Amino acid sequence: MKRLLATLGALVAAVLVAAPSGNAYAQGKSLTLCWAAWDPANALVELSKDFTAKSGVNMKFEFVPWPNFADRMLNELNSKGKLCDLMIGDSQWIGGAAENGHYVKLNDFFAREGIKIDDFMPATVAGYASWPKGTPNYWALPAMGDALAWTYRKDWFGRPELQTAFKQKYNRDLAPPKTQAELKDIAEFFQGREIDGKKVYGAAIFTERGSEGITMGVANALYSHGFKYQDPDKPYAMDGFVNSADAVAGLEFYKQLFKCCAPPGYSNSYMQEGLDAFKSGQVALQMNWFAFFPGLHKDPNVGGERIGFFVNPPAKTHGSQLGGQGISVVAYSPNKDEALNYVKWFASAEVQKRWWSLGGYSCHKAVLEDPGFPSSAPFAADFLTAMGEVQDFWAEPSYAQLLLSMQKRVHDYVVADQGTAKQALDMLIQDWTKVFKEDGKI
Amino acid sequence: MTDTARLRPLADRAAAATPPGMARGIRGLSDRAIAWTFISPTIALLLAINIFPLLWTVYLSFTNYRANRPNAPLVWLGGQHYTDILTSPDIWAAMQVTARFVIASITIQTLVGFALAWLIDKKFRGHGVWTTVILLPMMLSPAVVGNFWTFLYQPQIGLFNYMISFVTGVPPSSFQMLGDTTLSPWAIVIVDTWMWTPYVMLICLAGLRSIPDSIYEAAEVDRASKWRQFVSITLPMALPFIMLAVLFRGIENFKMFDMVNLLTGGGPGSTTEVASITLKREAFEKWRTGYASAFAIILFVTVFGLANIYVKALNRVKQR
Repeated sequence: MKRLLATLGALVAAVLVAAPSGNAYAQGKSLTLCWAAWDPANALVELSKDFTAKSGVNMKFEFVPWPNFADRMLNELNSKGKLCDLMIGDSQWIGGAAENGHYVKLNDFFAREGIKIDDFMPATVAGYASWPKGTPNYWALPAMGDALAWTYRKDWFGRPELQTAFKQKYNRDLAPPKTQAELKDIAEFFQGREIDGKKVYGAAIFTERGSEGITMGVANALYSHGFKYQDPDKPYAMDGFVNSADAVAGLEFYKQLFKCCAPPGYSNSYMQEGLDAFKSGQVALQMNWFAFFPGLHKDPNVGGERIGFFVNPPAKTHGSQLGGQGISVVAYSPNKDEALNYVKWFASAEVQKRWWSLGGYSCHKAVLEDPGFPSSAPFAADFLTAMGEVQDFWAEPSYAQLLLSMQKRVHDYVVADQGTAKQALDMLIQDWTKVFKEDGKI
Repeated sequence: MTDTARLRPLADRAAAATPPGMARGIRGLSDRAIAWTFISPTIALLLAINIFPLLWTVYLSFTNYRANRPNAPLVWLGGQHYTDILTSPDIWAAMQVTARFVIASITIQTLVGFALAWLIDKKFRGHGVWTTVILLPMMLSPAVVGNFWTFLYQPQIGLFNYMISFVTGVPPSSFQMLGDTTLSPWAIVIVDTWMWTPYVMLICLAGLRSIPDSIYEAAEVDRASKWRQFVSITLPMALPFIMLAVLFRGIENFKMFDMVNLLTGGGPGSTTEVASITLKREAFEKWRTGYASAFAIILFVTVFGLANIYVKALNRVKQR
């Protein structure tokens, strides 16, 4: 009996000795973070090693290619799956995820841990973190700032013979465009031109039909022409805004750009196809997300001094499509405490600085308002400019329906030559009105 | 020793091994009851995985249910979804695209498949190797086929465009098989024909091989020409098999999804958006589960109805 008691005592002592350290307590725990499979995800894997070293929590990752990202992850959330403890979900999911209870509301957590949402850029808080929009209800922490912008072949632009030819034709220097019309001129100038014995094309733009591609590309043109989703004074009143003369002009412009200047076979292309076209030296201009710019700048064939970047130029006004995501804790996660710890760690200014240095786009003011930020990368200043003029697609719970309607209507018009721009936008209003009626919004 | 005599010891041993309680129970059952006992697990399984989901789908089709909003109140909508679907121009456009695809692909596959079967049926040197080669596309995964045909159709580097260019002299990058509203439906028909004609050929070959040689010998004696033999013997006797191939391919192509999804995703615009693509978008992208259920029921009834009419016609042909 004595021996038994002694053994038990030793066991209890061993447990007590091992228990106090939080790090040791977390040993063996793991968190799964779900995101899209793209360049910034690799940077996050690198960054998260610091979290593991600090907390002892092992990090696992579930990265899904962009075309399947929404399908896969929304299925996961809708089925209340336990795969993801942390989700870096797309900005448009926030309404649905909040209203359907997929994400943990973070207000109390932020208050308890002293995390100030004001430390993050307002556009990213509005775009990635809050629902309903404009209210202080937070479901995510801004994680990855992003916007749609352009890259160009700086080396081609600098060639004297091309400079001369361009000046002769357009009576101005061949330089990054300052307006949408200039952008089209440049794309037209390069279309079909022979450079180094190879036929090149004007611009790789988004035309993808299946997920969100063409909507994102078209939105960039629409915003810069003055498009508005709704009457600012009367929510969900879309007639005269979605189909305004400016919106029609924007959509017509995008179609002209596609018809005149996209490479052959470019009728169902999104970010990866754009990267391929640019990296293989096929195009002079490429529309793509800032997220890819660090990788492009490092590319041995088209990076370094050969590449330049510019913000989506205005037509009537300034406007860029918002990309990027916030990081959320999944409500069905069995590891919520550890997941919240990760968010707390990620929110710190030091980690955000390292995040930017690794290739992630921090939304933290400590990073973005640092005087050295604009010169920290060739695209950093453009990123700041773009984030100051971003607009986003609907983030309503029915965003998928709204998005698919727009995919159909604009693809029918831009790529399949069906109807006019006005008809496409009128039909879009009909589709969207139906959705909002079903949702009881109007 | 007869079979019965050989089996008796086995039956005796089985009877001896049966617990007395169970044996008493079985002895008291009628043949019908025993039959039901044996088939009931299968029936239960069938009810669970086939009939119940079907009935559940019918129920959901009358509601506003959305799988992504399980907590939202369920509202009974009556036949509203059915009315919306049957009056929606987008749905009718998708049905027309489906019908055109089914008709074009089946016509070509039947003609080519039967011609190939007829040629393979003539014994020639190496016909076994040729049969295997022809059957290869059918054995590939649709995902693989879709992906490599996407490359073949690529206007700048695709082999297909270069072959057309070689034959016609048209520059390869001057036309887009997948990005052109006129060519993209044909691009899908070509791939489907390439992949599934061997299947039609196999069924037709079975039909041709089932025709007894004696009938042809009798026709030879009667000095019937080869054409006459083909029209009066080959075609009528192979017709039930051809019709069977058309039925199988028709049902398959009516619900075609994978190939279209991989090649065009329904585009450009909605040019190749067949009904199954629309259904997938409604069900798993827009999450309109109730609406998608109603559409699925309409598609099911359409295929079921058409297949029934067709099977009746097939039986009539077989009885002739």
